[in-house]
Amino acid sequence: MVRIQDLNCISPYEWEIPRSFRADMRVPVRIFSTREMLEQCVEDRSLEQAVNSATLPGLVGRVTIMPDMHQGYGFPIGGVAASAYPHGVISPGAIGYDINCGVRLLASTIEANAALPNLDELAVRLNQLCPSGVGSKGMFDLSQPELEHVLVEGSQWTLKKGYANETDLRRTEENGVMAGADPSKVSERAKKRGKSQLGSLGAGNHFIEVDVVDEIFDQKSAAVMGIYHGMLVVQIHCGSRGLGHQICTDYVQDFQLAILRYGIKLPDRELVCAPLDSQEGSNYMAAMHAAANFAFANRQMLAHATRQVFQEVFSGEFKNWHLNQVYDIAHNMGKTEMHEVDGQITKVCVHRKGATRAFGPGNPGIPAEYQEIGQPVLVPGSMGTASWVLAGTQTSMERSFGSCCHGAGRVMSRSQAKKNFHGNRLRSELEKHGIHVQAGSMPGLAEEAPQAYKDVDMVVETVTKVEIARKVARLVPVVVIKG
Amino acid sequence: MGFKEIRHTADRALLVWGKDIETLFKEAGLGMYSLLALHSEPSPMVTRVFSASGADFESLLVMFLSELLFYLEQEDLVFTTFDLQFHTGELKATMRGSTVNRSVKMIKAVTFHNLDITKLHHGFQVEIVFDV
Repeated sequence: MVRIQDLNCISPYEWEIPRSFRADMRVPVRIFSTREMLEQCVEDRSLEQAVNSATLPGLVGRVTIMPDMHQGYGFPIGGVAASAYPHGVISPGAIGYDINCGVRLLASTIEANAALPNLDELAVRLNQLCPSGVGSKGMFDLSQPELEHVLVEGSQWTLKKGYANETDLRRTEENGVMAGADPSKVSERAKKRGKSQLGSLGAGNHFIEVDVVDEIFDQKSAAVMGIYHGMLVVQIHCGSRGLGHQICTDYVQDFQLAILRYGIKLPDRELVCAPLDSQEGSNYMAAMHAAANFAFANRQMLAHATRQVFQEVFSGEFKNWHLNQVYDIAHNMGKTEMHEVDGQITKVCVHRKGATRAFGPGNPGIPAEYQEIGQPVLVPGSMGTASWVLAGTQTSMERSFGSCCHGAGRVMSRSQAKKNFHGNRLRSELEKHGIHVQAGSMPGLAEEAPQAYKDVDMVVETVTKVEIARKVARLVPVVVIKG
Repeated sequence: MGFKEIRHTADRALLVWGKDIETLFKEAGLGMYSLLALHSEPSPMVTRVFSASGADFESLLVMFLSELLFYLEQEDLVFTTFDLQFHTGELKATMRGSTVNRSVKMIKAVTFHNLDITKLHHGFQVEIVFDV
């Protein structure tokens, strides 16, 4: 077990577990956190998982842990680790089962105060048009060839079909399509699970949320993003559904043997991996990119359905009811990127599990309109609390492989949350605060009680203090659709 | 033989025990279903057969539980009886069950996190973490 006294305190917001802490660590672990948030994590296994992650072969720099960290499986949630090409490894468990789980933000110029009478109808229609819940079916039952187009083309497929516009794609990480996706590396079972799930939210902590822009911290950046005080915006949080879960399951199973072939010793079998230049590593990369493309297309389809609902509810009431895309980002991904390591520009695979890419100004990987301000970093809070729009910084490139936090981070188990909170009562409380809630299940709602999470404002304060992101706007919810 | 839920901050975890490997697998399946709080509906019993080969019992356990999740997602099927046969790294399972009302909770995947089937004096024990 890792104790707080085992950590070196670098500043009130930064801690380090040195490489000397355990003989099998290949790099140190750097944690961005306050002492209070760190103490919340000591009881679970997140610090031990961070140390285990630092044993992956070929890692460079350091494993970085975001303030929203919590216990995961193998790799902690909120973790970032980069392995160098060609001999470093790729680990499916360090990316997660919900490949390219991510967040999309759409902004409107509908004044929230004027829209108050419409919010209940908005919640009901969003819940009807955006399928949610366990095993929920999406908007299509795709044929095998059509599904394979989605896996290769991602958001491009939705553009071709008329469900997206050019701005949507430009304002999506990787323009909504990961190159090198290969459906032949995706199992038939994964395809079977995915073919009926495109355009569905799923369950768990996934959601669609309508928010009001509560406070602007950087007028210029907010204006560039199209975010204005008092206006309605929409967040969509979901991933690659059963298709992505199956791909990760398949490759974690396959890699159980791969590590024996490559003589890799690991402290946890969930961290199994394969060299980036191996056939096994290439196969997983191609399948993982296919799942990422499915997830980009999935969020695009949900954005399309959300726009239909906005048109239906607001087009007769407001002059400009349109929803414009601010950005779409992944927070469970493995990305091939160039980063400076020990003074050398190095090709690495950055594993982000519960961590968001946060490229700073001038990075060629972000859209032209964000070149001056850095990419939007979307940090949803727990249900009923604030969410944040941040912007990536140059410092994030230097300190965290261009990465930032992805949410509030759990502190309470789901079973404890169900004991402590009641779904119906929670919904009534949220509604008293003017938040309209539609949920797949009341126990599921109780599990997502805001008290089960860290204070997102403190998470955001921490990442801004260590300068890996800066504040642009704060959002507060008015409609929550829970999976 | 039995199972109980153990603490995990974000996901779900079970401690499962059984007098032999077959019982351990069955209890793991029933324990996983218990996390999903399923309620069965009166419907005809159906049989599904599944076979797999894996590096060890831990790999087979993940495959077996993943198979149960697949049938739950695709066919709303929950199995109540299991005939499990192990033979040199292979599992052949004949499972009987019926449809349930749609689950309101989800398990995305069965993980290998700290998965280690341990031999006890009177049988076997394992901790399983599920991604939810």
